[in-house]
Amino acid sequence: MKDCSVGTELPPLTIEATPTFVVSTALATRDFQDVHHDRDAAVQRGSKDIFLNILTDTGLVQRFVTDWAGPEAFVRSIKIRLGVPCYAYDTLTFTGRVTERDGDDVVVSVSGVDSLGEHVVGTVAITLGGE
Amino acid sequence: MSIQEAAERIAARGESAPRAARDAVNQAMVNNWVEAIGDRNPVYVDEEFAAASVHKGLVAPPAMAQVWTMGGLHWTRASDDPLGAMMEVLDEAGFTSVVATNSEQNYFRYLRHGERVAATAKLESVVGPKRTALGEGWFVTTKTTWYVGDEAVADMVFRVLKFRPPSAGPAKTAAPVLRPVISKDTEFFWTGLREGELRIQRWGETLRHPPGPMPPDGDFDAKPDYVFACGRGTVYSYVVHHHPKVPGKDLPFVVALVELEEGVRVMGELLDTDPETVRIGLPVEVAFVKIDEELTLPAWRVAR
Repeated sequence: MKDCSVGTELPPLTIEATPTFVVSTALATRDFQDVHHDRDAAVQRGSKDIFLNILTDTGLVQRFVTDWAGPEAFVRSIKIRLGVPCYAYDTLTFTGRVTERDGDDVVVSVSGVDSLGEHVVGTVAITLGGE
Repeated sequence: MSIQEAAERIAARGESAPRAARDAVNQAMVNNWVEAIGDRNPVYVDEEFAAASVHKGLVAPPAMAQVWTMGGLHWTRASDDPLGAMMEVLDEAGFTSVVATNSEQNYFRYLRHGERVAATAKLESVVGPKRTALGEGWFVTTKTTWYVGDEAVADMVFRVLKFRPPSAGPAKTAAPVLRPVISKDTEFFWTGLREGELRIQRWGETLRHPPGPMPPDGDFDAKPDYVFACGRGTVYSYVVHHHPKVPGKDLPFVVALVELEEGVRVMGELLDTDPETVRIGLPVEVAFVKIDEELTLPAWRVAR
């Protein structure tokens, strides 16, 4: 059985936020806002470059936790708060640790950091599945 | 109508009509999503693994809940969409930029292929104006619930910051402001404000504000000049104005009597500040609110 005691650190996950990554995740989440795929439009709106959308952050946070918890962990909730943007060409590193444990119910706190600072913080509640 | 009143009106409409997803939950969209995100969990893509798992068959990633009902490339908001209605109100008030700040999703069960979700949305709260790193803005919180038939399968609290970029200039006023009477004795003060200077009348060694025609000691031969105040001070006293309505102002607002470092006290609105947080002694700095080419009003902001 996986160690899920409070304080357990998750293995970090590093994401290279290439332009391809930013654009393909925006479109795979059906988010067609121009700032996520059109660099000229993003710059015109005051951004440095295209940047990750929030639906992708939710997906990445889920992946980060289930990569560790196993394919049958049941994801109950994903709560995230956004900080600095994650622009194309940046690198995003997720870290996390178990903050609550009640039987099979586990809460993981997650932080995703890029070169500008904390891009996303949040908590994921899961129920552990069979292994 | 103030922003708060508009928000209350939109919130009172309750949940919007359900908007159905364009497509039922399907493997093609799941495949695109897991490839882009890099999620290799086999319960989304491996039929055999999924059948033997706790799910007893393929399921969709829960984090895709919102994806199914996203608008797509050529999309217009439904007329009863509360977020869209609130965005229009804030656009008109000059808060033209938007950024998502919070997403809190709860998943009551995983979705299966062939199920078609529908979403309803309601306005939860509108809080502001707040001073943020991006500019002055309002936090707009909505709650979306996804249904399959009558069964709620997921929900989300979503918050955006709708803000005025600092480059966008001064606030648009909804109505003309009350204009001061400018006399020969006070003209230097108003001219200074237009030029971004807070000028304080000086009679010899003595500073005097509000400026007047006579020195404090009543010397008829004395002539005043002025000094440039550094613009820093502390709240000496204040009132929170709730009623009646004032042209060009959203209620409530705070009017502060500020004691400058130079020792005189100057009155002005305390901008972008929650009335609950104002206290005597609060450090503030001067702000210049340009109304038009002729008139700039002195105001205060909480010192950083």
